[in-house]
Amino acid sequence: MSVTAPTAAPVVALVGNPNCGKTALFNALTGSRQKVANYPGVTVEKKVGPLTTPAGRTVRIVDLPGTYSLRARSPDEEVTRDVVLGRTQSDVIPDLIVCVADASNLRLALRLVLELKQVGRPVMLSLNMMDIARKRGIEIDTEKLGRELGLPVVSSVAVRRGGTDALLAEIDRRLAAAQGATGTVWTTPDATALRRAQKEADRILASVVKGQGKPDSLTTRLDSVLLHPVAGLVVLLAILFVMFQAVFAWAEPGMDAIEAGFHFLGDLVAGLPLPDLLKSFLKDGLIGGVGSVIVFLPQIVILFFFILVLEDLGYMARAAFLMDRIMGGAGLHGRAFIPLLSSFACAIPGIMSTRVIDDRRDRLTTILVAPLMTCSARIPVYTLIIGAFIPDREVWGFVGLQGLVMFGLYTLGIASALAVSFVVKRVIWRGKPGEPFMLELPDYKIPQAKSIAIGLWTRATIFLKRAGTIILSMMILIWVLASFPQPPEGATEPPINYSLAARIGTAIQPLTEPLGFNWQINVALIPGMAAREVAVGSLGTIYAISGGEEATDKIAAALSSQWSLATALAFLAWYVFAPQCASTLAVIRRETGGWRWLWVTFFYMLALAYVAAFLTYRIAVALGGG
Amino acid sequence: MSSEPTIALGVAPVGFRGRIQAIAAGRVAAGMSAPELERRLIELGFVEGADVEVLHQGLFGGDPIAVRVAHTTIGLRRREAMAILVSVGAEP
Repeated sequence: MSVTAPTAAPVVALVGNPNCGKTALFNALTGSRQKVANYPGVTVEKKVGPLTTPAGRTVRIVDLPGTYSLRARSPDEEVTRDVVLGRTQSDVIPDLIVCVADASNLRLALRLVLELKQVGRPVMLSLNMMDIARKRGIEIDTEKLGRELGLPVVSSVAVRRGGTDALLAEIDRRLAAAQGATGTVWTTPDATALRRAQKEADRILASVVKGQGKPDSLTTRLDSVLLHPVAGLVVLLAILFVMFQAVFAWAEPGMDAIEAGFHFLGDLVAGLPLPDLLKSFLKDGLIGGVGSVIVFLPQIVILFFFILVLEDLGYMARAAFLMDRIMGGAGLHGRAFIPLLSSFACAIPGIMSTRVIDDRRDRLTTILVAPLMTCSARIPVYTLIIGAFIPDREVWGFVGLQGLVMFGLYTLGIASALAVSFVVKRVIWRGKPGEPFMLELPDYKIPQAKSIAIGLWTRATIFLKRAGTIILSMMILIWVLASFPQPPEGATEPPINYSLAARIGTAIQPLTEPLGFNWQINVALIPGMAAREVAVGSLGTIYAISGGEEATDKIAAALSSQWSLATALAFLAWYVFAPQCASTLAVIRRETGGWRWLWVTFFYMLALAYVAAFLTYRIAVALGGG
Repeated sequence: MSSEPTIALGVAPVGFRGRIQAIAAGRVAAGMSAPELERRLIELGFVEGADVEVLHQGLFGGDPIAVRVAHTTIGLRRREAMAILVSVGAEP
């Protein structure tokens, strides 16, 4: 114990049911020092944080995905099982397992503790949220519970200062005793074993807990509205409406500030005494490219703020409950609601959050359709084209026509996601009944500001890291394609016309001619493959417009004079479907563990985009929009 | 106990209260084998002797249902709830 190099420090693993407040406890113990990474080989998040105990011992705390049993059913639960059993290839083999239980909801947790005892590693139980349990009149005889279980039992209040003292002291005592692993007697339990364990848990519960009969009155009252068949759906729609309103309206000042900041940086570089080529690389390639992505940070942070608050509140499970039947009609699982909702910000966190879906088929369907939800990267493209081609007037006296078109594009994305999942369910998974929907609806809890802040911070850093790596390298590639070869001496056309990008654009012209696309659009589509929003900047470069204060307005003016309405509409239709995002495809490959589903997604979206753009163009031309 | 008349939880209306008599997963054509469905139901607390109450149901076809089992609320579809046989008239 005297040698405490960080990696050799003892590992304490937190295990518990979903919604037991495990993550809040983890946050309370480790604060912002936690590190989020992936477990080797799988994409389940590994959260590890250092902790110094009162006795001065350095400990690594690991937060494991919530589970009801060590019988793993989803990738998340497999990680919990493997770490607990010490099977994992990573360095986190627990010296002590802390089973975290919601003190006001002990029944299922006690069965899990009984299972954990069989693993043969030191185990202790921490009764979390004791304050809430006491307030509800639930009395727990912790000493007797400890005797019955044969384990140390402490109580904790993660959200209060000093609320983890007893837990920390017990961790110290356990680690000092240094009981080693004794060899596991755990085997995958069958129904008989599970039943026996639950009955034993019920017996213990009855003997140590008083006052558990009354359900939480706040939850009962809230659910009478929030789970009401009609009112519940109305409230859900209202919440979604406020959320999208916020994503667009609240994000604007932040986005303007970021844009101004990058603009300032660009000007700064432009004023430096550097060779033109290097200047162009720094200004257009690095600053412009990365800036065009980072500008979405406020929107992503706001969206995640809503998602985290709703999750901590306990509402997300209700949303899945309310949407289950509606989404089931389209062949989607109720749990797909949350990933698809996240995909409105960005398909990447959306696809990553499909890990909560146990069934592989349901999970794949959700991953396939997630990129069809209108992500924030499409917004600048839609805004540009709508601003240039759709007149800014009101219809029916109160609705803006531009806003209506925007809404229509969102609806088209949702409708096609439902249609695609319907087809997938009927054609690919034909005849196989769906995965059961079974989900605990936890009591409502007031979200803690600290947990939300840590969650937002984690999301924001992941996004920024991505912008700094994948997107940055794509931007450099695009800049190279658009800049080389350099125009010959005395060239009259814009430099990009001589570049590799222009040659590629012209080469694929025969393919996109039926869609009404010109070669300039083709050129914009190529960098747009890396990230959709890049197309806006690319069109700007291609139409040789110097970036300025009103750069977007100038591109819009250039477009409206050079494109027909039919071309513009076809371009919009293309963007609803096209797989224009290398990072999304990369994350699909990672999450599905192979190239197959990447290509399936790529080609089905490409085919949809082509057909949609073709039909839109032809219909618009026929109606006189050519 | 076993002579009491039972119904499947899957057909119970909102407000129904009863006590679980048996888990009969073989009755249900779910997306998984009967033993697996049985294990999952037990893991969420559906074991013989536990009190249940149907609290809420969805808009379309009254599906899914929210069931309080002992002290925990679980949302599940009526199709899977058909595997849970309950007797009427548990103590509140």
